[in-house]
Amino acid sequence: MIAVDDLVSGYGRIGVLDGISLTVASGECVGILGHNGMGKSTLLRTITGLIPAWRGHVTLDGAKLDRMASHQRARAGIGYVPQGRQIFPGLSVRENLHFGALAKKLPRDAAEAEALEEFPELKRLLDRPGGALSGGEQQLLALARALTGQPKLLLLDEPTEGIQPSIVQAMIERIGDLRRRRGIAVLLVEQNLDFIRGLADRVLMIHRGRILRELDRAAIADPSLEQEFIGAGPQTTTSH
Amino acid sequence: MDYAAVVALQILSGVATLVIVSLGLAVVFGMMRVINLAHGEFLMLGGYTAVLAYGRGVNLWIALLILPPVVVGIVGVVVERLLIRRLYGRMVDTMLATWGLSLALIGGVTMLFGNSVTGVSAPLGSFIIGRFHVSVYDLFLMLAAVVLSVAVWAVLKFTPAGLLARGTMQNAEMASALGVAPDRVYAVTFAAGAALSGLAGGLIAPISGVVPTMGTAYIAKAFITVITGGAAMLTGTLTASGLLGTVLTSFTFLTTPVFGEVALLIVAIVLLRLLPRGITGRFLRRAL
Repeated sequence: MIAVDDLVSGYGRIGVLDGISLTVASGECVGILGHNGMGKSTLLRTITGLIPAWRGHVTLDGAKLDRMASHQRARAGIGYVPQGRQIFPGLSVRENLHFGALAKKLPRDAAEAEALEEFPELKRLLDRPGGALSGGEQQLLALARALTGQPKLLLLDEPTEGIQPSIVQAMIERIGDLRRRRGIAVLLVEQNLDFIRGLADRVLMIHRGRILRELDRAAIADPSLEQEFIGAGPQTTTSH
Repeated sequence: MDYAAVVALQILSGVATLVIVSLGLAVVFGMMRVINLAHGEFLMLGGYTAVLAYGRGVNLWIALLILPPVVVGIVGVVVERLLIRRLYGRMVDTMLATWGLSLALIGGVTMLFGNSVTGVSAPLGSFIIGRFHVSVYDLFLMLAAVVLSVAVWAVLKFTPAGLLARGTMQNAEMASALGVAPDRVYAVTFAAGAALSGLAGGLIAPISGVVPTMGTAYIAKAFITVITGGAAMLTGTLTASGLLGTVLTSFTFLTTPVFGEVALLIVAIVLLRLLPRGITGRFLRRAL
């Protein structure tokens, strides 16, 4: 489905990613775990094309995305739910949903109906401005908006940040359900271990722009991971 | 009583003129944060299009209302391609470049058509209130201001293109991550703004006279209106035009046109001192 090969990128002249390679298959969910400043968000932003890659390739379903601008990558099938959710604050919830579909020239009414079926809690919020929603509601909307564009791959950047535990559990079920029904591949950046445990088929540990190691489901479930990740990880202090 | 009615009509027509000449600038500034200092010359090109077309026997209404926005819209497409696109996000550079463009347009038109006033006489005649003649065309301008405002609002609010434009205005990066090409949105927006400026030029041609330097008479007022209005392009332009147009016309009536413009400037300065982000920077912030 998606293959990232030896990706190098950064901001200005400061390198952040230092040769990342990974693949995510159709319907698979791969988690990315790492401390702040290790390049997790940069990896997602480079895949979307919002940051230019200095080197390396991104391939989606066999099509090379390297020379595409971010809107072309979106049309090729990449859905992005960024950190901070980036809801259009002055557009209503309904308009935010329509935007996701219209941006890809898909019919807006069908997209709205499907989104409300998958996220019924948005129904009573439809006419509210996006900026007036709570963090959890915005997160659901950001997810629903990305899905109205019918992506093949979903990039999620810390979806549980600042969200109450009850909604976190609901999101695990919702995303798991989407994977099964739509066959969407998910690349998930997350600090919340419970969330990653609930969703990811495998986890890549990222450190200083490189993939340190890969953990399978058994290794993710191991309680000692908590110790390692929160306590004496490879590097607990960062300069960023 | 008759006098009061005439003054009221004049104030309304002053407000309407301000709305008409500011709307194109407001759309481009509101959507793209680009201040087009050649806006006045876009009006002038619209005026010339109307006068030249009418002089060659084109139907008056087609010459005033159809050809100017088409011609100036095309000019807008070219200017965006050659100039504006290279300067996105650099507001001061854009102002300099468009100012240069305005000088070039004034020079070019003077060379082609000479530095003399041409025009078309106001159609529709006049009607009488008591001892006063009132031009029907003034009423037509009020209607035009209302229709244009409603049209801009409806396009932004109800059409797919309007929705994509509003979202892109709020967060261009997210819009592109969802599949919208911001460059494309900006190009269309600039062309639409230019077309509105051209239409404004056609609309005011019968009341102002058409001359290569006519833009300079309007750019200052339009600029002040847009800045006073603030971020919400339509609400801002309407509220600022309402306020400044009333001040301008009232003082012009009480004293002279010169003091009218001085009063407009003073009100705008005081207002911007109190509300640095314009009227809609403080009130009606979620409005369009």
